[in-house]
Amino acid sequence: MTSPIAGGVDCDLHPAVPHLTSLLPYMNDYWRDQVTTRGMTDLISQSYPVNSPISSRPDWRPVKGKPGSDIADLQRQALDRFGTAYGICNPLYGVQMVFSEDMANAFCRALNDWLAKEWLDKDERLRGSIVIPVQSIEKAVAEIERCAADKRFVQVLMLVMGDMPLGKRHYWPIYAAAERFGLPIGIHAGSAYHNPPTSVGWGSYHIEDYVAQAQAFQTQLTSLIVEGVFARHPNLKMVMLESGFTWLPPFLWRLHKFWRGVRMETPWVDRAPLEIVRSNIRFSLQPVDAPPESDTLNRLFDHMQSDELILFSTDYPHWQFDGDEVLPKGLSPDLVRKIMIDNPHATYPRLTVKEMTP
Amino acid sequence: MARHVIAPVDELPPGSRKFLEIDGRPIAVFNVKGEFFGLLNRCPHQGAALCEGPLIGLASSSDPGEIEYTKLGEIIRCPWHGWEFDIRTGQSYCDPRRFRVRAYPVNVEPGTNLVKGPYVAETLKVAVESDYVVVDL
Repeated sequence: MTSPIAGGVDCDLHPAVPHLTSLLPYMNDYWRDQVTTRGMTDLISQSYPVNSPISSRPDWRPVKGKPGSDIADLQRQALDRFGTAYGICNPLYGVQMVFSEDMANAFCRALNDWLAKEWLDKDERLRGSIVIPVQSIEKAVAEIERCAADKRFVQVLMLVMGDMPLGKRHYWPIYAAAERFGLPIGIHAGSAYHNPPTSVGWGSYHIEDYVAQAQAFQTQLTSLIVEGVFARHPNLKMVMLESGFTWLPPFLWRLHKFWRGVRMETPWVDRAPLEIVRSNIRFSLQPVDAPPESDTLNRLFDHMQSDELILFSTDYPHWQFDGDEVLPKGLSPDLVRKIMIDNPHATYPRLTVKEMTP
Repeated sequence: MARHVIAPVDELPPGSRKFLEIDGRPIAVFNVKGEFFGLLNRCPHQGAALCEGPLIGLASSSDPGEIEYTKLGEIIRCPWHGWEFDIRTGQSYCDPRRFRVRAYPVNVEPGTNLVKGPYVAETLKVAVESDYVVVDL
């Protein structure tokens, strides 16, 4: 195995909201009463069914409660275990699923305040992602502005499967706000379930949803690139989280090939897609969908033509690897340092900002 | 380099193009709004008859959604894969360093110059009183 080094940045941790009632203290009186009187109990999507193997490594599964809901577990199993200097919390809670933008806004605000109070306040290594009510651009931007005052928020979080392709200009005020505050946009696997999780309709099994995440990431990357998001926002970084990355070279071969023939439809794409990916797009390490042979993986890195694209992640508590084998075999010490330390710091400028609270 | 007289000017009016083979090489000569251009009629990508494609303009943009359309009629688009080439330079748009089609200078010369030689007028009878399209190859 390749040994992790101390001082790394874990870019994908998932603290779990134990229950919708856990967010009640962070809602106003109206929404607190709405949740209570309507009898709303929890927001669980089918992206990570609680008992599915992917949802938690067996030895990280607590006796009771949701995996990832106890900060002591996360500290011991993820932060301490891998000598992590900074860990970025990406809460995956079904607040994006609700169709009311007002309810989504109330839940997002509560979720972000919950994260700050119950996690970021309790461990100086932790950083947060701002969850936004994507259906309302105005409210999403307002939430970014509100949370960005707290420098411990280092990223804006969106799901890879929302309502529309993410390159659409409709979303650009979100990207402008993120760029303004030095916040990358993290795009995480998962669906708001407003559309089928595959582009060909509803499947039958969980494995279909999970495998289809990679296709969704490809579709979103195409959309983001050809719609010109990075022509308008050249300094904006986007991080594909839990996306897998082994599909990247052949995907780019295809995108590049067709860009050469029809690029006049999108003349703002004035660089080859690979160059845009190199300057603006990053990927979290886990899951690594490659066979365990190190030759195969290193050939893949050659195809990617960059050692700056991958950011260390455990995807805690999701089950992507066993024991301490968070790094795939055969990575050079130089590449380990880049993945664990240099690349995350180059991507998240707010990680080391000193003043911590608003 | 040899110079080849390929046609009287009157036979290549603006908007027309002429295909011919010189020394075994497929060549196309274009008249774009009175200016003449010569290109090898073989796409450097996969060998298509590049010059049979449409002549379009160059779409560029400094801001998404805003399109500037210039060089109207000066970009040849390969009929096979749609790659664009500047007929002035032969450069491809998508990969100008690696892919470039051979461009040949084309001039209009009066017949009085041509009858003196050393120009090659393989198939044409050159008359002193006319102007001719000449390709340097």
